Order: sequence, then structure tokens, then C-alpha cells
Amino acid sequence: MSNGNEQGTTTLNLVLAWGFVGIPLAWGVIQTLINAMKLFQ
Amino acid sequence: MSLFSFLDRSHTIAKPGFSRWMVPPAALCIHLCIGQAYALSVFNLPMTKLIGITQSAPGDWKLTDLGWIFSIAIFFLGASAAVFGRWVEEGGPRRAMFTSGLCWAGGFFISAIGVYSHTLWLIYIGYGFFGGIGLGLGYISPVSTLIKWFPDRPGMATGMAIMGFGGGAFIASPLSVWLMAKFSTATHVGVAEAFIGLGIIYLCFMWVGAAIVRVPAPGWKPEGYTPPVVAQKLITKNDVYVYDAIKTPQFWLIWWVLCLNVTAGIGVLGQASAMSQEMFPGHVTAVAAAGFVGLLSLFNMLGRFFWASTSDLIGRKNTYFCFFVIGTVLYALVPWTGSIGSVALFVLCFVVIMSMYGGGFATVPAYLKDMFGTRYVGAIHGWLITAWSMAGIFGPVLVNYIRQYQIDHGVPKAQAYNTTMYIMAGLLVIGFICNFMIKAVHERFHMQSDHEAERAQAAVAAAGEPAGA
Repeated sequence: MSNGNEQGTTTLNLVLAWGFVGIPLAWGVIQTLINAMKLFQ
Repeated sequence: MSLFSFLDRSHTIAKPGFSRWMVPPAALCIHLCIGQAYALSVFNLPMTKLIGITQSAPGDWKLTDLGWIFSIAIFFLGASAAVFGRWVEEGGPRRAMFTSGLCWAGGFFISAIGVYSHTLWLIYIGYGFFGGIGLGLGYISPVSTLIKWFPDRPGMATGMAIMGFGGGAFIASPLSVWLMAKFSTATHVGVAEAFIGLGIIYLCFMWVGAAIVRVPAPGWKPEGYTPPVVAQKLITKNDVYVYDAIKTPQFWLIWWVLCLNVTAGIGVLGQASAMSQEMFPGHVTAVAAAGFVGLLSLFNMLGRFFWASTSDLIGRKNTYFCFFVIGTVLYALVPWTGSIGSVALFVLCFVVIMSMYGGGFATVPAYLKDMFGTRYVGAIHGWLITAWSMAGIFGPVLVNYIRQYQIDHGVPKAQAYNTTMYIMAGLLVIGFICNFMIKAVHERFHMQSDHEAERAQAAVAAAGEPAGA
């Protein structure tokens, strides 16, 4: 868990970090939009 | 390296080559989890049928008893953010995020025992007390770190994190329903198992955020960034100590700005489903109303990012002027949309209002940074969160009681919200005046040296304040 020997941030680090939070959030937003469409049906 | 030293601020200082764009996902790991609080209501009905299974039986909990869980959690959110703000600021974001994860997940585990043993006070302690502390610590933990990493775009950075709090419900709501369905049987409602599942998921998620987060090295600046040379009237270059900040009129004016903006929004958010159905009887069904609530939550989330980012361009004070002017006009228009029967205009008014409700939350950390500097912004933000706790009580009470009063006095249900809307518009006018009165903090409140905090701390201790406050 130490960051004493850490290297600089790679693109892979960034993709993994943003994917880790972005994918669940996108899934939740899509579910909400599907439900919200019922308002206009 | 021991766990305690790993959590220490000194071990979170970024090495050269660390990208600041790793910090917003770390913050989102926390805020997406604690944002579950907005989706707690999905457990309400199942928790009223724990004994009766298909319908409430004698001995089952009532909705009014369950409503206290959220209220207690929001109370301890504000209280813990205020009390532990300085501890968060001085101990660093990793220790705060780690502790927040422990409290938040621990709250779910205790609540699961409460559900299993059908002991409501255990849920009050679990979700309400421990969960509330997890909410408070988690909410403020990444704020000052983000501001320090993004001195060029502090509004956008904190907006991104606080957007996660708005978005957490989108994940929690379907996930909770799925977990309950997975563990429910003909003779058992799977609430306890869903709580345990959520607790495990949130603990992992939040600890990943704690592991990723870093603070910038002293003196670090983004590449190519030069701080503005010309002083701007409402952006200070000085720091104000947390206990000095709360003595300034500026703090209390911003407190009222946030409180009034949130009061206007939170009351509507809680009543949106019933309001849309009652204002448009026959046009908006219960299913469509649920879709409307989802749409409001979506704009609440998007507004956090949009308005906070906009504030970097037009300034914080002007951003709040936008909220109060546009909000007043839209609230005043809502009764008219009902009178002409336009669902589309009604929805349009409220999605914009909700975007500004979220924007108010997300823009305020950068407003505090502009007024009081970066050093204690997290702790000052913690004190400001008490405005949210206050608004959380006043907003729904205002909407519910005025509606009931109107109906009791013979006003048709479709028009029962009109007075409320005009009162909300009035609250925003008061907010506009408070925002207008905000001027730069007097220089007598500025910290003079690095020893200022220690001296102030000693003074506070001598005055008998609780340790760690």
C-alpha cells in the first residue's frame, strides 16, 4: 500500500480510475433516463 | 508501513509525475457511495413489511418511525462536518476518507443487525449516527484537496466531486432493489442482506478512493499556471483560521445564501411526485411522476458540475445571483404552468430549479475558498454544512404544512401549491439580498503567520471547547 516507490501516473491508471467511477455512474444515469421517459409517454 | 502511517497526510504527498486528474475519481469514490442517502427511501416500504412480508402486520414499523432514520443521518452529517472539520483538514484526506468508509459501511452493518433483530433503535444508531458521521466526514474530505490540486478551476473540481453525491442515488436505487429481490423469499424480506451487501460494496469503493487520493507537494502549481497578479476584490490571497471565519459576517451571509437556496429546492424535491400528480390530475400518472423525480435528480446532479464550472468563469457571487434571479422567476411561473395545463413547461421550470439547487451545493466550497483562502476551507465548509441540516428540516415542513393549510381552507388540490411557490420565490429574494451584501473579509481576520493556528487552537482549548472540535 506504500506509495514510496510509485511511478508517474500512466494513461492506464487514469482509464482505470475514471472507469471505476464512471461505469457505475453511467449505468445509473441510463436506468434513470429509461424511467424518466415514462413521463412523456 | 503501518496502517496508521499509511493514512497520515505526510504519506499522501504526491511524487513528481502524479496526475492531478487521479484525484477527482478518488473523490467520486467517496461521494458516489455516500450519495446513497438520497435513495434511502427505497427501503421504506419493505421495512414496513418485515413481519407481514406482503403487507404491514401488527408490530411492523410505521413510515413515520422510519422517516427519522434519514433525519438523524442528516443531522449528524452537519454536526460531524462541523465538529471534525479541522481534524479532516489537518489529518489529510486519506485518513478522513478511510474513517468515513468505516463509519458509513459500519452503519449499514449495524442497521442489518437492527433489521434482523427488528430493533429500530439499532438502525437509528447504525445508519443515523454512524452513517451520518460517515456522510459528514466523506462529504468534506476531498473538498480542500481538490481546490489545492485545481487552483485554476476550483469550482469545476469541487463540482465534479459533489456531482457524485447527487449521482450516488442513481446507482444505489437500482442496486438496492436488485439486492433486496435477490435475497427475498416468500417468507423473508431481504433488507438485512441488502444492507450487508451495500456495506461491503461501499467499504471497498471508499477505501479504493482513500488509497488513490494524494495531496500536492508544498508549493506545487499546475504546469503553465500563474496565479493572478492583480488582486481581485472577492478572491483573497490570505487564509482565515476556521474559528475566525465563523465570526465573520461573510460566513453567516454565505450560510444564509446556502440555507435559502437549499430550503427552496429540498422541499420541492421531497414532494415532487405528489405535486406533479396533484397539479395535473389525469395527465401525470404515478409511474410518470416517478420518472419526473428521476429527471429532477438527474438535473440536480448535472447542475452541480455545470454551475460550479460556470462559476470559474463568471465568479461565485454572480453565479448565486443567477440562482436567485432565475429561481425567483421560475418559482413564480410554476402556478401559471399549472393553470394552463402545460406539463412540459412545468417540467422545464423544475429541472432548471433543480440544476440550481445542486449548483448551490457545488459552488459553495469555491465561494468559501475565495473568501477565506484554501488552508482551512474544508473545515469552514464543514461548519457551513449545518445550513443544509437546517434547510433539510425547514424545506419539507414548509411545503407540507402550507399545502395542508391550503387544502383545509378549501383550496383545490391542483392549486394547493401556488402559495408555496410564491413563498419559495420570496425566500430566493432574501437570498439575493444576502448574496448582495457579501463583501471581502476584513484583513483583521487574516492569518498572520504559521503559528496563528496554534495560537488560535490554544485560545479555543482555554475557552473550554471539546478536543478535536
